[in-house]
Amino acid sequence: MSEVIVITSGKGGVGKTTTTANVGTGLAKLDKKVVLIDTDIGLRNLDVVMGLENRIVYNLVDVVEGNCRYKQALIKDKTYPNLFLLPSAQTKDKTSVTPEQMKKLVDELKKEFDYILLDCPAGIEQGFKNAIAAADRALVVTTPEVSAIRDADRIIGLLEANEIKKIDLIVNRIRMDMVKRGEMMSIEDVVEILAIDLIGAVPDDENIVISTNQGQPLVGDHSLAGRAYFNICKRVTGEEVEFLDLTDSGFFKKLSKLFKKSN
Amino acid sequence: MGLFDLFSKKKSSGDYAKDRLKLLLVSDRANCSPDIMEQIKNDIIEVISRYMEIDAAGLDIQITQTESEGGNGSVPALYANIPIKDMKAKAKSVK
Repeated sequence: MSEVIVITSGKGGVGKTTTTANVGTGLAKLDKKVVLIDTDIGLRNLDVVMGLENRIVYNLVDVVEGNCRYKQALIKDKTYPNLFLLPSAQTKDKTSVTPEQMKKLVDELKKEFDYILLDCPAGIEQGFKNAIAAADRALVVTTPEVSAIRDADRIIGLLEANEIKKIDLIVNRIRMDMVKRGEMMSIEDVVEILAIDLIGAVPDDENIVISTNQGQPLVGDHSLAGRAYFNICKRVTGEEVEFLDLTDSGFFKKLSKLFKKSN
Repeated sequence: MGLFDLFSKKKSSGDYAKDRLKLLLVSDRANCSPDIMEQIKNDIIEVISRYMEIDAAGLDIQITQTESEGGNGSVPALYANIPIKDMKAKAKSVK
């Protein structure tokens, strides 16, 4: 059975594309057959984050317009032969694709892939509608900021109205040092406010920037963000994984935590 | 964190953000624009004023959250704080 997952956030710049790249790559690492679709028409990004920007021949709009078969447009990943990207069009506009066309395409892809990940554009317009039209479930990405959470709340409302059955939350770019000082909302705060299930939290990690520079998703490596993303992938497949301690704590930090608890 | 912060009970910015968000989302979710809130306020003033004299300027209404009596978590609620100036004044004039 294949699953269609939309990665969305409402607000731009919170890490949808990075999340799509890492979750997709992680699922491929777990031996799933995965296709990533960049639905942000006019502003394509996922190809760059995946490091596949030089291999694009056809794109999403070519496929729905019938200029090529979808197999011709799919780009195979550099590392995982079971991971593919369907890039977005850079020169067309948002209205080039309709929700019906997306549904039809995804239905076809379902025959071949275990996971179809849809990288959603920011906003709630046509591109968003296209991306959610075919989705079974959603990963809502937010950061611990008022504006991002507010938009996430709006998105969750729209997803529910569109009968997306499973909606999970990813809290991205959390800084535990700031949470400790009380200068950032905690993961618990965000979950309480948005009232949906948490599937993972990803720390604000400079390794993300480095991996994006290189066009190589870091999921599954030893960095804290890499481990956090890989855990999310496992949870997506239904595995139960304990939540990481994002404080990056050594032995002494853990010890001091114990003392604090006993006070 | 400075020494003063230890003694003052000033809210941290994280708590401040959380409180702001909570209020913001209640009105977002209720889909109530400030315009509609203003209309509701004016209608309330009009209705209550038929029976008693109220301090229209001191009237405060807002949508907040409250624990539901059914025990299924918090639900939105409309709170109205209406200062009464005189209970009988207007009642007499109602014919």
